[in-house]
Amino acid sequence: MHIPDGYLSPQTAVPFLALMVPVWGVAVKKVKENLKKREVPVLAIGAAFSFTIMMFNLPIPGGSSAHAVGAVLLAILLGPWSACIGVSIALIIQALVFNDGGIMAIGANCFNMGVIMPFVGYYCYRLVKGNADVTSGRALVAAAIAGYVGLNFAALFTGLEFGSQYHLFQAADGTPLYFPFPIKVAVAAMMSEHMLLAGPVEALVTALGLGFVSKNYPELISKKYMKIGNGKWGVESHV
Amino acid sequence: MFKAYKKLWLGLGLFMILSPLGLLATGTAFGEWGTDQLPEEVGFVPTGLAKLADLWQHAPMPDYGIPGLDASFMQSAVGYILSAVVGVALIVAIMALFTKMVKE
Repeated sequence: MHIPDGYLSPQTAVPFLALMVPVWGVAVKKVKENLKKREVPVLAIGAAFSFTIMMFNLPIPGGSSAHAVGAVLLAILLGPWSACIGVSIALIIQALVFNDGGIMAIGANCFNMGVIMPFVGYYCYRLVKGNADVTSGRALVAAAIAGYVGLNFAALFTGLEFGSQYHLFQAADGTPLYFPFPIKVAVAAMMSEHMLLAGPVEALVTALGLGFVSKNYPELISKKYMKIGNGKWGVESHV
Repeated sequence: MFKAYKKLWLGLGLFMILSPLGLLATGTAFGEWGTDQLPEEVGFVPTGLAKLADLWQHAPMPDYGIPGLDASFMQSAVGYILSAVVGVALIVAIMALFTKMVKE
């Protein structure tokens, strides 16, 4: 899902970068306001986990590959803004140090995996979990569904960004200048890979990750839901 | 940074050591073909794409490997694990900056 340089026109990639600058600004502000000092290592581990899980390429029949991202797990544990920071830092390092994902495409990649995915996943988790306890089976099911839906929304946006290039940017002779397939092909390819393979893996990673944290560090999760911050109850104080 | 959450750190370490499993999937992800793969995958290299594809040439460990160390799966695995170590170290170092910014 890491868009390389060249697949998006500069007219597409640069506005995504411009969009991400204020988003990162808000995210840093939110994290400074809401994250506790003792939670910083969890954000570091979460971002590092996201980085590492993205290295686990899954073989897709037909010679392709895909991977989970871990953004929804981070969003459930520390809130979507923290997830945005964590995943964005992982993606920027992947681009700069490992050439995974383009430099000009950093904005689009951070938007897809660092904004769409954690926010969609986070609200999906809250919707499905309802008032159930965070240690309940329902919370784990909610996490699995949220991971699946979050990753697939990221894949959908990536497919739309890819495919739009084919229709918007063509050379004088009609050949595509950047991404070379129509939007239908791009969305179908991105969605099938992530709905059938990477999505279920993301669901598993999100539910098992939440289960592991709530079993070993219940205080990390329960306190967030119990504490009163700025007069607000529960996770709202993280958002 | 490392005092608490031992089990999470250990879990992360385990994933880093196991990361070479990701090398078993050798296929290139959809839409991430290099300019060398495009003729086969697409039939041609779009001209706009060709101009931008090599925008960044300063990645010290391209494709999560050590340049020149890719003769065998073992060599690639070493490069892959080392990439995980470098990436995680950089992330933790950047995140440590937040320790000073946030409240107690």
